[in-house]
Amino acid sequence: MQLKFTSEDELFRREVADWLTDNLSGEFAPIKHRGGPGDEHVFVEERKAWEQRLAEGGWTCIGWPEAWGGKSATIEQQVIFNEEYARAGGPGRVGHIGETLTGPTLLAFGSEAQKHRYLPGIRAGKELWCQGYSEPSAGSDLANVRTKAVLDETSGEWRITGQKVWTSLAHESDFVFVLARTNPEESAHRGLGFFLVPMRQEGVSIRPITQLTGTAEFNEVFFDEAVCAADDIVGAPGEGWKVAMGLLGFERGVSTLGQQMLFQTELDEVIRLAKNNGAARNPAIRQRIAEAHIGLRTLRYNSLRMLSGGEDGSLSREAMIYKLCWSSWHRNLGKLAMDVLGPDAELIENEPYELGRLQSLFLFTRADTIYGGTNQIQRNIIAERALGMPREPRGNS
Amino acid sequence: MKFSFTDEQSMLRDTAEAFLASVSDSTSVRSAMQSPLGFDQGCWQRICSEMYWQGILVPESCDGLSLGVVEMTIAFEQIGRRLTPSPLYASALGVVALRSLDESARQQALLKNAAEGQVIALAHTSARSNWDTVDVQAQKGPEGWILTGEARFVSCGHGAQTLLVVADNGGQESLFAVDAAMRGVTVSKTPTMDQTRPMASLHLDSVALDEDAMLSENWGASRRTTLDIGRIFVGAEQVGCAQESLDSSVAYVGERVQFGRTIASYQAIKHKAADMMLKVESARSLLYFAACIADEWLAGDASDGDLAEAASMLSSCAGDAAFFCAGTGIQLHGGVGITEEYDIQLYFKRARSTESYLGRPDEHREAIAKRLLDEDASHAA
Repeated sequence: MQLKFTSEDELFRREVADWLTDNLSGEFAPIKHRGGPGDEHVFVEERKAWEQRLAEGGWTCIGWPEAWGGKSATIEQQVIFNEEYARAGGPGRVGHIGETLTGPTLLAFGSEAQKHRYLPGIRAGKELWCQGYSEPSAGSDLANVRTKAVLDETSGEWRITGQKVWTSLAHESDFVFVLARTNPEESAHRGLGFFLVPMRQEGVSIRPITQLTGTAEFNEVFFDEAVCAADDIVGAPGEGWKVAMGLLGFERGVSTLGQQMLFQTELDEVIRLAKNNGAARNPAIRQRIAEAHIGLRTLRYNSLRMLSGGEDGSLSREAMIYKLCWSSWHRNLGKLAMDVLGPDAELIENEPYELGRLQSLFLFTRADTIYGGTNQIQRNIIAERALGMPREPRGNS
Repeated sequence: MKFSFTDEQSMLRDTAEAFLASVSDSTSVRSAMQSPLGFDQGCWQRICSEMYWQGILVPESCDGLSLGVVEMTIAFEQIGRRLTPSPLYASALGVVALRSLDESARQQALLKNAAEGQVIALAHTSARSNWDTVDVQAQKGPEGWILTGEARFVSCGHGAQTLLVVADNGGQESLFAVDAAMRGVTVSKTPTMDQTRPMASLHLDSVALDEDAMLSENWGASRRTTLDIGRIFVGAEQVGCAQESLDSSVAYVGERVQFGRTIASYQAIKHKAADMMLKVESARSLLYFAACIADEWLAGDASDGDLAEAASMLSSCAGDAAFFCAGTGIQLHGGVGITEEYDIQLYFKRARSTESYLGRPDEHREAIAKRLLDEDASHAA
């Protein structure tokens, strides 16, 4: 058991940090620390340009194989990159869906033609992706997707019809991967397909969803006979669920340490505030700040365990608790921030509804315990897969 | 960075698990805890001769294994899982105390005794107002030192041949080696609510010691670091206690049928179990971290402040985890959870006793808060 990184890894860390210092300056200085979760709608054009700057420096897709333009970076190096990226204030990545979800999915399940068509655009930071999983009636019950994919016999193309929801950066994306039903006779996880669909076409329309923060980073995406080329289905019709579940396993937690750096910045701000306004003298607040500090450190060591786990990609026990851990921690931090602010928590910066950073944090963290698997679903997963307790009986859908 | 067990460490865990499953089942734990000593001498001798855990932290030059705190906590986690009453904690804490001393013939001899399985128990507090209270006074005598006073919560003190006694010596804390058989020394086992972790009280009535009985004149800082490592051992026991509370509860609810289904199939039960696992795994992550920091500290690569912070974070998290898991465990067991017959009550008592030992979780959080929020404290640390 060894907590320290090797000296080679530390050299790599310095290389990353130096590059980021040199490049996150000048025209890119204003976007430092911007565009993260809850803030994804800002500086989009600048962040697109930044994505290409990263690509030119060789810093996109570093975990991909060298044959596809990556660095075949080790897990440790990917962790270090994410940590240094967050430490340097690197802006929210507009290319992250393509790099961390589409790319690995195509590398694992895609055809050679699909890889050649799509991987270079992602690697170059020039083609952006969004995801089309959730639907109004397929949230926690993802397998209940109703979006249909029908093969048009005359044109040989797929026609996609239905509605997706909670899609971030939909307006900015060139492509969306869509889980859709290829066989209307089959239900649940059977009869699904995984499609690569161009966003910029007549059959696709987008409607932003205004959130409780007053901002809109999620969208509804409507498909009305949207066109998808015959060979832009990943895997065979009916294999969509397998591909979709594989995708969810790829991330393997390398970005979690970067995420924790952002959390640390937020916690530091709460601590600074508490020291300045006297809340730090309140014993109850002191307990909660200490708990937040311990909780964040716990997330770090949970992640390090998760990342040091087996190479087989199987979900370890500590990986299964991670979502529940961080989402609850972050939501609690939002409430702590309000309690530290005291009476001023209620005063916003400007009309009509311009929130302060901590107020946004407080409101937006209510989403953390819902998206990506609600806390209740996470507890089911832990109980059933880690503890071997009986599966939830299913109703008829 | 490889934050997982090496092959040797995994093997140590597997061996410990198998060994304790055979020598420390519920029946033997119950018979040991009700015996006059409060632990089973035969079991301790088997630990010493077959497992050699008493030698894990003893340097090779003193016949030990020269392993680290990570290895030591692996054994403690399994001890906590089985609730094995044993002097292992007392022995390990004594070894850590001895390692803090400058090398001397006396210190080396005591370490060799420890490697043979002799228990050298640290008597560091009366815990009258808090865990830092020292109520033994040392005075210069005609031929050495005179010690008078009391110490409490001396783990397995009644099983110790030698006691390491912290005494107030004109405002500083000095450490003395005291033979348990000396005139004026009374060590008596203390009746405790949790019977699986035997404790003793020590009374010193003008005990006359030689000049060289003083092992360290100014041991205050070392007392704190020694106890921080002790907290990490206790944290390991707590992780084991929490884990077994979870495992036995999951097994029980899998068998108990109500309304025509096992109660394990109800979400109200499953979600409780999931919350237990979350706490166990979080505490385990902090345990591994704290054990690594302790090994870095022993190697001179981490500061006293780093060690104190790690120990406090672990004590807060593992203390809460053990209490939550054992308490929830009783709830999941339903009516049988409060009977003497089922073991979950033993885990609940163990969780309670370790939770307040060397500081409650809220006290440890306050220590962390001081570091984070009070300017002066962060400079001092």
